[in-house]
Amino acid sequence: MSTLSTGHGASTPAGGGSVPDTRRPGAARDSGRVDLMARLHEWTVTVDHKRLGILYVASGLFFFVIAGIQATLMRLQLVVPVNDFLTPDTFNRLFTMHGTTMVFLVGMPVLLGIANFLVPLMIGARDMAFPRLNAFGFWLFLFGGLLLYYSYIGSAGLYGAGSTPDAGWFMYAPLTTRSFSRGNATDYWILGIMVSGFGSMTTAVNLVATIFSMRCPGMTLMRMPLLVWMMIVVAVLILAVMPVLTAAQVMLLFDRSLGAHFFNPQQEGSALLWQHLFWFFGHPEVYILILPAFGFISEIIPVFSRKVIFGYPLMVAATVAICFISLGVWAHHMFVAGLSPFLNALFAASTFLISVPTGIKIFNWIGTMWGGRIRFDVPMLFATGFLALFVFGGLTGIMLAVVPFDWQLSDTYFVVGHFHYVLIGGTLFGIFGAIFYWFPKAFGCKLDERLGKWTFWIFLIGFTLTFFPMHISGMLGMPRRIYTYQPDRGWELWNLISTIGVPLQIAGVSILVWNIIRTLRRGEPCGDDPWDAWTLEWATTSPPPEWNFHEVPVCTSRRPLWDRKHPEDPDEHYE
Amino acid sequence: MLDGRARRILGGVARVPGVPGGLLALLLLVVGPLVVALTAGTAAADSSGPGAGASTTVCAPGVLGGPPTSGAGVTSIFGADSPPAESIRHLAWLVLGICAAIFVVVEALLFVAVVRFRRRKREAALAGEPEPTQLYGSNPIELAWTVVPLLIVFVLGLVTIRTIREVQLTEPPEGALRVQVIGHQWWWEYRFPDELGNGREVVTANELVVPVGRPVWLELESADVIHSWWVPRLAGKTDCIPGRTNVTWFKARRPGLYLGQCAEYCGTQHANMLLRVTAVEPDAFREWLEQQASPAVVDPAVDEGRRLFAGFACLNCHAIDGVSAGMFGPNLTHLASRETIGSGILPLTRDTLRAWIDDPQKLKIGCNMPSLKLDDRELDLITDYLLTLR
Ligand code: HEM
Ligand SMILES: [Cu+2]
Repeated sequence: MSTLSTGHGASTPAGGGSVPDTRRPGAARDSGRVDLMARLHEWTVTVDHKRLGILYVASGLFFFVIAGIQATLMRLQLVVPVNDFLTPDTFNRLFTMHGTTMVFLVGMPVLLGIANFLVPLMIGARDMAFPRLNAFGFWLFLFGGLLLYYSYIGSAGLYGAGSTPDAGWFMYAPLTTRSFSRGNATDYWILGIMVSGFGSMTTAVNLVATIFSMRCPGMTLMRMPLLVWMMIVVAVLILAVMPVLTAAQVMLLFDRSLGAHFFNPQQEGSALLWQHLFWFFGHPEVYILILPAFGFISEIIPVFSRKVIFGYPLMVAATVAICFISLGVWAHHMFVAGLSPFLNALFAASTFLISVPTGIKIFNWIGTMWGGRIRFDVPMLFATGFLALFVFGGLTGIMLAVVPFDWQLSDTYFVVGHFHYVLIGGTLFGIFGAIFYWFPKAFGCKLDERLGKWTFWIFLIGFTLTFFPMHISGMLGMPRRIYTYQPDRGWELWNLISTIGVPLQIAGVSILVWNIIRTLRRGEPCGDDPWDAWTLEWATTSPPPEWNFHEVPVCTSRRPLWDRKHPEDPDEHYE
Repeated sequence: MLDGRARRILGGVARVPGVPGGLLALLLLVVGPLVVALTAGTAAADSSGPGAGASTTVCAPGVLGGPPTSGAGVTSIFGADSPPAESIRHLAWLVLGICAAIFVVVEALLFVAVVRFRRRKREAALAGEPEPTQLYGSNPIELAWTVVPLLIVFVLGLVTIRTIREVQLTEPPEGALRVQVIGHQWWWEYRFPDELGNGREVVTANELVVPVGRPVWLELESADVIHSWWVPRLAGKTDCIPGRTNVTWFKARRPGLYLGQCAEYCGTQHANMLLRVTAVEPDAFREWLEQQASPAVVDPAVDEGRRLFAGFACLNCHAIDGVSAGMFGPNLTHLASRETIGSGILPLTRDTLRAWIDDPQKLKIGCNMPSLKLDDRELDLITDYLLTLR
């Protein structure tokens, strides 16, 4: 039990201090000039799960900036009715690339990257089960992303200027068949996303193998941190649905290139088949994007409330329930496709059902805060913001499950508002919280708290200004994916407000980026366990050595470090 | 029922100390807009703005003349004026109410937790501070917040199913007017199969005219990609899917203009695939239908325009009764009886029509009608001809 190596000053590697740790900020200055090429080389050939995690997050943030610029351009176009700032085709390409990038090249990689970084540390393992596969997965993702963006140069091939995919992130057939989508833009979408999808699948395999076979002594399944539970569910979901997307993409590629006709109604194919296949993947996908964020705040809230998570077993049960139910709700994206009343009712019911475990989680988080002594450091601010906004996004989701209401709301700006509340208010706030929380673990120093608070408040205000009015314009009849709209429909004001929020969001993100750069260059070391936390990743040095732990830790309860810090009243008595 | 520890902690709700500014701001940011949202819908539905360009129409037809009546330009789902949309509005208020209540309860809990249990002392003073009581869970509480949501969701499920049965019909209602709707990139085709009982099918484009107070049964199809027919004040949207016929219905309560637009992304000009439904009294409807069913007007004064039309590529795409049979573009047989062109983006005037024929790509970039590079004389002649097609 006392073999845990924790606390400050335990940072000498097992080898006796002879290994210089170049990852600690300031190390470069200490040890003189480090050759840039050597370092680049080190990062490209690395198979260390922590470095791969950082690479994932960094490339995800890079794509985040690109997709953000695309969103800004779109909001500028919509600031007034009948604007001619962008041509329709440009606008259509922008929203397609924006959605695709945010889902596949920002959400997935950042979440999987953080999982990559944390999971082995949290379960007391030395690395992922297959470190080389892990590196392969990252490079597949990056290559897939670059391939997609290469379409800006390459997709019209010899015929002239490039053109990017323009059929929306869900790429409905038959708009994506040869007859309606010429050139190669759609093929770039298929191939780019397919390649980076293979990357996600390898990571998922790796996570499953790691979590099931490499936990340290004493870490039973019911002692795993909730984040690890969420990640295993995510990995299982990825393995269940990504292959379906890949299969659908291959079928579409056959349609487009080999004259097959799965999706082409003019040749007896089915336009609805694509929707079924896509959403069978697509709905679980949104859980893939939100569950890791649930995991982050399940770690952050207890530590900053100074309380054990409320109702751990129920949280686990709810997560597993979400995993299963999410495989049976896809047709709620198709309520306007003319399914039978029976099917509509069935899928409404399953969707309602999935909101129950989600609600349970929210109550358990609030229950965890209740009676605590809450410290509002930046990670906790983002976790609280997450709760406040996610409740809203979740409730508008329930409204959309009310089928007749959905007949009015689907494919309107209401939906755009809804999913941004979930994906930004939920996923992105979770990610921001996680970045602030685990940054010290990765780099040995805290991000600046004051700048962090600025980021939080400015971003929150900008976010609300932009996305709240969308619910209203949606209810006033404004469809989504329109490059322009008519005056006199009562939409002008709401669109104007939406666009006004954008510069604030840009400011918030810029402060964050500046904060990261500044801290990397001259952050003050903050010790190994700066938040006084309880999970195993804080039991090693910050940043951890390449082999993670000097001695394999032993886990005694769900909060191994609590037991260590409170030997008089260890957790195991209560579990 | 609660164990002692849980009760002690729940007791904390009673004492809420001063509210710090930042947190108040947070709450306002989330709650304030909700209030606005709940009121905005109805407000907009009540104001009757000017019809989208309709008043500038010079070539507007006799039977439908005059400015549109109630609430033109408004597409709010709360401005419902037809049974399906009204059922949905009912349900919408109920659902909004329930969700707003849940929202307020949950955010209030969160708010109280944040305010009540916030640690106020400075970091330095906290070094030796003991941890608060650890509460691992509580079966009764957790059971409560599993069962209560289940019940709420059950109720929502029931009202949902009831409304589905009310709105989604699988058979046309008694005495319904049957209309075939065919979505095209980026315009609408409407067909009235044999409504007049004389074997003549009426074909028109972009502007649907219906009688007030009679159910209208729509059979939705698509000629190319997926579109979605949506006039919020009449009914929820239904997709037009190639290779499939979907159905929906509505019954306009009052005469007037009902606007909407295609709701499923369908390519370049999705944004300008607008919808117009004009509801008129049954007599006026009959008159309109008979006019649409009559052969194209032949006015010798514009003979040269007609010959030009038939001589250029126009005829490949557009049908004019007795002149051309093209099916790719809108049927132009009674073009001049319509109020707009370009599926509703512009009022139909001599100028807009001439400009459209001159270069449709300027007015509706990317649409499927090419610019035919006509000279001024040809443009004038063709425009004059088309304007006789009432
Ligand atoms: C000089 C010859 C032509 C004339 C006078 C003409 C006239 C018109 C007019 C007046 C409209 C508006 C109809 C309405 O809004 O109800 C229209 C729309 C349209 N025309 Fe033509 N047209 C001509 C040639 C063509 C050709 C050659 C094509 C096919 C290649 C074509 C395809 C279309 C299409 C697809 C639309 C609907 C555009 C949209 O709203 O997105 N037209 N045309
Ligand atoms: Cu359309």
